[in-house]
Amino acid sequence: MRTSYDLIVVGGGPSGCTAARYAAVGGASVLVLEKDREIGIPVRCAEAVNQSGLIQFMQPDPKFIAATVTKFKMVAPNGKVVQPVLEGVGYVLERRIFDAEVARLAAMEGAEIVTKAYVYDLLKSNGKIEGVKALIKGERVEIHSRIVIGADGVESRVGRWAGITTNPSIQDLESCAQMTLGGIEVEPDALYFYLGQDYSPGGYLWVFPKGKNMANVGVGISVDVAKKKSAISYLNDFIKKKYPHAAVIAQIAGGVPCATTVKPLVKENVMLSGDAAHQVNPLSGGGIISGMIGGMLAGQTAANAIKSNSLDRLQEYEDLWQKRLGNRHESFYNIKSVINFEDKILNKIADDVLQIPDEKRTMGAILKSAMWNKPSILLDVAKVYLI
Amino acid sequence: MISITPDKCDFCGACVGICPEDAIELMEASISIIDERCTNCSKCVWACPWEVIKFKRNGVGSAKGAIE
Repeated sequence: MRTSYDLIVVGGGPSGCTAARYAAVGGASVLVLEKDREIGIPVRCAEAVNQSGLIQFMQPDPKFIAATVTKFKMVAPNGKVVQPVLEGVGYVLERRIFDAEVARLAAMEGAEIVTKAYVYDLLKSNGKIEGVKALIKGERVEIHSRIVIGADGVESRVGRWAGITTNPSIQDLESCAQMTLGGIEVEPDALYFYLGQDYSPGGYLWVFPKGKNMANVGVGISVDVAKKKSAISYLNDFIKKKYPHAAVIAQIAGGVPCATTVKPLVKENVMLSGDAAHQVNPLSGGGIISGMIGGMLAGQTAANAIKSNSLDRLQEYEDLWQKRLGNRHESFYNIKSVINFEDKILNKIADDVLQIPDEKRTMGAILKSAMWNKPSILLDVAKVYLI
Repeated sequence: MISITPDKCDFCGACVGICPEDAIELMEASISIIDERCTNCSKCVWACPWEVIKFKRNGVGSAKGAIE
């Protein structure tokens, strides 16, 4: 490890390591600092991605794929199951192996990675940010850099230290609990989403298969709802009823920022990416691929700014992100904000959708049905599915 | 005051994310509340997926000693 780099990335998850990878490809010297002792551990994720997103960055490899999924099933409060037609396939990953692979790809381009390196402040001199202060294996060190990328997750503090407000509202942070259960009956090629007041008011409960007889079973609810009943409490109720004899292979907690993207994304020489920037699909809560896209754009922009010796160019990242996914996420956010349906409406939508012939039962058709109950989402559904 | 039970904590960071005051310090396997910043707003209590953080309405002064 040196004392000075072009770029320091705080956080070694998929977004941070992808930022490092593309910055290194662009010729920048890069250091990634990860607070935990091992990249990829602990896993805090339901682990589902779509193939089309993944192959932008790497080839699907059986070593980090726990299950290949071709079905998507939504369970209404009355128990009726709606299965929309899906294009393409999805994967449930083994994130601990996947994350290490993303890190390896960054290392192959020359990025340095240090684990058990906790960044506790930005290094400032005369009001300018000149790197980070870190606790590395118990020792306090100051490392200089021209640019800092905060890819430090939902618990991000890098943005705050640079003067960017990153904490989501209580409506927009999803409080999540998940257990990986073994010894249960699961459909190995289907993602299940349970909707309704019993499972997750305003959110959903998921059962994502991880091979034979194993699944990630989790729930996410907004903090506003969690005031009355916690995520773990909803999850325990479901598991007690549905999988009373399951073995608990892992249990995790987590927070997912289901908001629009943090603004600004760049302040002087500090950039944010991934969960730290709320680069999560606010409707689904999915953030692996979108965080990697954010990381890629941030890394490429950083490298270009270094190469042209013009840090003003870091601002280009805002626009690149907005065009690539930011606008889309705003539409998803608007849809999320109004489709907090009561159970009887969810049941009615399920009944309506089940009238549609199987082959025409697309995600768009389901949202169209939802639209009859909330016409105000028309424009946003159109933006997402037609434009 | 706000108190965290470290033995139950998963160190997931949901509380750090929601905290409007940047008043929680989270490392790999340790967590603490920065007393002088905490305003006892309780958002962390609601955000905690595992009900690990508790709010005790016995004074809003220093939360010192709450985390052990």
